[in-house]
Amino acid sequence: MSSPFSINGGACVAMVGKDCVAIACDLRLGLQALTVSNNFPKIFQYGDNVFLGLTGLATDVATVSDLFRYKVNMYRLREERHIAPTTFANLVSSSLYERRFGPYFVSPVVAGLEAKTGKPFICGFDSIGCIDFAKDFIVSGTATEQLFGMCESLWEPDLGPDELFETISQALLNAVDRDALSGWGAHVYIIEKDKVTKRLLKGRQD
Amino acid sequence: MPGFDFSNYNRNAALHARGVPLPKATSTGTTIVGCIFDGGVVIAADTRATSGPIVADKNCEKLHYIAPQIWCAGAGTAADTEFTTALISSQLELHSLSTGRKPRVVTCMTLLKQHLFRYQGHIGAYLVVAGVDPTGTHLFTVHAHGSTDKLPYVTMGSGSLAAMSVFETQWKTHLTRDDAVKLCSEAIQAGIFNDLGSGSNVDVAVITADKTTLMRGYVKPNERSAKLKSYAFEKGTTAVLNEKIIRKQDLGNYVSVHELSTTEEGDKMEVDT
Repeated sequence: MSSPFSINGGACVAMVGKDCVAIACDLRLGLQALTVSNNFPKIFQYGDNVFLGLTGLATDVATVSDLFRYKVNMYRLREERHIAPTTFANLVSSSLYERRFGPYFVSPVVAGLEAKTGKPFICGFDSIGCIDFAKDFIVSGTATEQLFGMCESLWEPDLGPDELFETISQALLNAVDRDALSGWGAHVYIIEKDKVTKRLLKGRQD
Repeated sequence: MPGFDFSNYNRNAALHARGVPLPKATSTGTTIVGCIFDGGVVIAADTRATSGPIVADKNCEKLHYIAPQIWCAGAGTAADTEFTTALISSQLELHSLSTGRKPRVVTCMTLLKQHLFRYQGHIGAYLVVAGVDPTGTHLFTVHAHGSTDKLPYVTMGSGSLAAMSVFETQWKTHLTRDDAVKLCSEAIQAGIFNDLGSGSNVDVAVITADKTTLMRGYVKPNERSAKLKSYAFEKGTTAVLNEKIIRKQDLGNYVSVHELSTTEEGDKMEVDT
């Protein structure tokens, strides 16, 4: 049997720009080679500007996204404020490490802006909660290798929101075209201080 | 520590029994070293994190804070080194608060080995513990199974052989601070260039009786050169099917805020003045 990380397929990427961040995912849900759905978004919102991308085993993607919805709601009730991206990253990390010896098969990506300063923040995790802080980009999913190649060549510092959208979209679209388990359209979020833009991309349907 | 949650363990073990491979965790790959000199101790690490053959992080931090005068370099499973050191750091802080004394390196080493031995090597943390306390300067290695060593110079991780070759040819007694830093830096560079699991930069921490100096990116022998050409795309390159913009100022349109009057019926809430 194949790895739980590559049964359902999927890809996710986050990038830092100038005073903005972007996070994008594909829309495929499959069962090995059989595509079950072409509308399975993998990005979830947990506040005005806190986003979580989840790839891996679809059952765990659903479970973990709901678990964090619960945890963030409880945080908001207790603290009477929204959760900050860094705080959320630490919540994800400790929640995953708690299951060190029985992990969820997910590779999360966090993207957001610090509420006060508007400073971009992105980070990624392995399935047991080790945080990967990056100042450029984070990738996850079955198209990881392709995405690393695309991002390493296309990304450059201080991209504006419009340039960042084109860069992240082209990186994702061209990466998933070389991965049989990912693709079938994509969602791209561009997060700026005063607004969030969500776009649905036209992608290959094969 | 509240402890681990094993509720997914049976599911994952059943999958594993049917031939599903275990998930690959981020490994630090790693070259880490430590060396005692006259008046203190220095530890150093490379900054590459790997996931199988993929470089997951090109500039990660492997030098972990335990106490102001005790630091730890970690190799092995990245999540384990991160959380084990944070856990022991927390226990040591509470211990020093309750005893009113500065934490000791032996205490830290003992807490670490007892924790790791309890988990029989399943927590994959391989550590170099170094520090200065009221009893003197100390340098230890702690293995994932719980065994420890006390030596004047130590190396760990996949690049330990490359690093040790530097120590074995160049180490001498009564090193000065600058010589120890240089020796450790060269040992890490031996790992960076000769071990595939190690790479990028050299991080160094120097601990003396009066202060700790963390030098992040002490040597950067692998800086990426600037790209000669920009690959930024023209606006409108990507085909968009649908677009939705949510502005912060528009959020007020979806919720209404009512001020509640406090004068009518019901007691006022008690408030501290």
